[in-house]
Amino acid sequence: MTSADQTTNGETAACVTAFESFSKTSGSPDWLKDLRTNGISHFTELGFPKQNQEEWVFTSTKLIQELDFIPALASAGASPDLAPFLFKDLTGPRLVFVDGHLSHGLSELPTLPDGVLITNLASAIETHGDLVKAHLAHYAKTDGSGFSALNTAFIQDGAFVFLPKGRTVDQPIHLIFVATDGDANTINLRNLIVAEENSEAKIIESFCSAGEQAVFTNVVTEIAVAASARVEHCKFQEQNRESFHVATIQAQLERNCHFTSHSISTGSRIARNDINLTMTGEHVECVMNGLYLVGDQQHVDHHTMADHAMPNCDSHEYYHGILGDESRGVFNGKIFVREDAQKTDAKQSSRAILMSDKATLNAKPQLEIYADDVKCTHGATVGQLNNEAIFYCRSRGIDEADARRLLTHAFAGEVIERISIPAVREHLEKIIWDRLEELIED
Amino acid sequence: MSEALDTIEEFVQSDYKYGWVSNIETETFPPGLNEDVVRLISAKKEEPEFLLEWRLKAFRHWQKMAEPKWANVKYPPVDFQSVSYYAAPKKKKQLNSLDEVDPELRETFKKLGISLDEQKRLTGVAVDAVIDSVSVATTFRKELHKHGIIFCSFSEAVKEHPELIRKHLGSVVPITDNYYAALNSAVFSDGSFCYIPKGVRCPMELSTYFRINAENTGQFERTLIVAEEGSYVSYLEGCTAPMRDENQLHAAVVEIVADTDAQVKYSTVQNWYPGDKNGKGGIYNFVTKRGICKGDRAKISWTQVETGSAITWKYPSCILKGDDSVGEFYSVALTNNYQQADTGTKMVHLGKNTRSTIISKGISAGRGQNSYRGQVKIGKGATNARNFSQCDSLLIGDRCGAHTFPYIDVQNTSGQVEHEASTSKVGEDQIFYLNQRGIETQDAVNMIVNGFCKEVFRELPMEFAVEAQKLLGVSLEGSVG
Repeated sequence: MTSADQTTNGETAACVTAFESFSKTSGSPDWLKDLRTNGISHFTELGFPKQNQEEWVFTSTKLIQELDFIPALASAGASPDLAPFLFKDLTGPRLVFVDGHLSHGLSELPTLPDGVLITNLASAIETHGDLVKAHLAHYAKTDGSGFSALNTAFIQDGAFVFLPKGRTVDQPIHLIFVATDGDANTINLRNLIVAEENSEAKIIESFCSAGEQAVFTNVVTEIAVAASARVEHCKFQEQNRESFHVATIQAQLERNCHFTSHSISTGSRIARNDINLTMTGEHVECVMNGLYLVGDQQHVDHHTMADHAMPNCDSHEYYHGILGDESRGVFNGKIFVREDAQKTDAKQSSRAILMSDKATLNAKPQLEIYADDVKCTHGATVGQLNNEAIFYCRSRGIDEADARRLLTHAFAGEVIERISIPAVREHLEKIIWDRLEELIED
Repeated sequence: MSEALDTIEEFVQSDYKYGWVSNIETETFPPGLNEDVVRLISAKKEEPEFLLEWRLKAFRHWQKMAEPKWANVKYPPVDFQSVSYYAAPKKKKQLNSLDEVDPELRETFKKLGISLDEQKRLTGVAVDAVIDSVSVATTFRKELHKHGIIFCSFSEAVKEHPELIRKHLGSVVPITDNYYAALNSAVFSDGSFCYIPKGVRCPMELSTYFRINAENTGQFERTLIVAEEGSYVSYLEGCTAPMRDENQLHAAVVEIVADTDAQVKYSTVQNWYPGDKNGKGGIYNFVTKRGICKGDRAKISWTQVETGSAITWKYPSCILKGDDSVGEFYSVALTNNYQQADTGTKMVHLGKNTRSTIISKGISAGRGQNSYRGQVKIGKGATNARNFSQCDSLLIGDRCGAHTFPYIDVQNTSGQVEHEASTSKVGEDQIFYLNQRGIETQDAVNMIVNGFCKEVFRELPMEFAVEAQKLLGVSLEGSVG
């Protein structure tokens, strides 16, 4: 490995050292070892993203680098109280990962339809090695950014969901990722979701903290949606405000499939979400729906990409942001229409409200279009609540503070309403409302 | 569609109208760039010491800079040492009247449709003509002088009004601003200078005409407009170049200073040679344009119609420093064949109640790539700032591209920023409708495109609006998609 020479490089040194001891201890199939080696060599090449890179202009990774890199390579056996993180009225398959490793005790798996697999990646590699091998790292680029390379180097555990042809899982699948206080400060997660033809499932990913420590979570979720399958993916991040969260969702969408991505982000000191949808078949319908709600000195960054590689696909994107205190929001949405992707219908709307003069928003809604017969629009607004709407409320006897509350709630509510699972909506609504109250009162 | 293809072919072969070369005797420096060349330019222009120092500072800074790579354009690296940095029509003596101007030169301008003839007062436009970096003639000097307006070539201004130059040069675009601005600051050879005193409304449109004529030269002109308190000026700029196989470099800087209550309207019709149908030749147009609304209630308005150049890299910007100041940007950019344009604006809101409007219309045909890149920044102190941006793209043909890169940075809760963008093509149903009203397809496309650009054209002064419409008409001939 040529990269071994570069271990003197300060910023990557800790990670490389950790990788060397990790690769010695773990007994894994050769293909996985190769994959990891590939990951670390890309990482040493790329390093942590820097602010002179266009994709990272507004987000500094300095604080993440300052955290000594101590990955949680084995389960510490902690068993945190799950109650605050469970969604009321949500029964169904549940996988709980504590510090990046599956906790059998906390997970709950009812009987599943024939052939459906809901398990952790580590055991799937043992029991269904060929299936995992056929999909793992086939969608997310290992050399995409330093973080996804680093994630690949430390692939160990995460959720694995496999839906065979024509199968439907009726109840939403809840994946909970809890970080606890301990010696380790870095959690590496790799999720893989494979939906074969005509299958259907709803998947919720919750990221939360049971402790107070600063933990760096680096997660990559790969989703393969085959022809005519329907997948709804809901990611909810409420980690503690010392934490760092870097997530990549990479979905490959085949002919006639439906895919919906929700991303709700309220936690972490720095949260970065990359959501990339690639339409590799015709007549795909996909939605990207997002809400970020931050205060203090939080920093939340969403980079989305709708890659229209084939004709006749529809993509719709709605992102709302509410920024209080000294927080900073970054939204970079890209619609990419390749040559020949005719009859594309792509819409993107990004709206944000600043609640404090110290808050900052950097938005960049991008269109890159190489085909002529397309309908592409994007709209972005940044501002405050509509004064006329406030006036209207007041003329109906609602005082100004309540009017503001009402309108802000409605603004956030628009995004939550698009989630099709009632139990999730209810839970999120409550959390969002509490968080809003906090911001309004500040 | 085969018919349409034929007409596209026809259009592609249609000639660039301004592609001739004039046999004007020119004085050219050998290609290459070093400190001596900078000194030589300065000496040639008999410049005062401060300007030479300024140029050298810019040159030294430029040497340390790297060529910017972020624009969405592709081109082979420019060899800055193979460019000649000074070319001027040979001047024998100081001219007293236009009659003494080289007849060949006057012929040139006749061909361009520009009258340098002061007799033709009906045109009502004062012109400063710049050929190969050197201003050759300025009209209506006396008339403007009566109002206290200074409108002359940059070199004359350096000699006659060094205090004004010293005060304002580089105050909006500092030498360290960017790679091409630094290069321009080091080697600029001429340009226009315009000064409108307090309370004066300029009675006519001022106009600069730029033409690159000589081979292997770059054109580096510098325009400086200073509008004092309560003044008004409308300024026009036009440009053409001969057809040559190699790429030529044009790196200009325009600076506008608008004081309290002043209004400056700057209109450009850019029609540099765009290269042939295979993308060979053409001008690299790397321009820095920026205005500052220094005082309260000042207004700067940029209107541009960009149809030429192989590569356009241009972001006319406004710094809205004074309270209640206004910035506007209206743009039509057309790319055809292998043309590439990365253009847009920057609106920096610093003062209270500042407003800005951005209307950008991009048209791509052939293999053209058209990008809008803009930034709207609302600073912490810009209470009640307001921005509206609209970027529409029209695609004609399936090998072209349209891109939008808007950056929105808001740091004030009371700021309102709206950005809209859409991409569409000339609809078959629209053409069909016009067809069935007896309008031929060609005219229908022109009509639709002109309608698409109307919001921008109506901001142009009359003479330019007509020219711009004609230009688009010519450029779109046969490009029915």
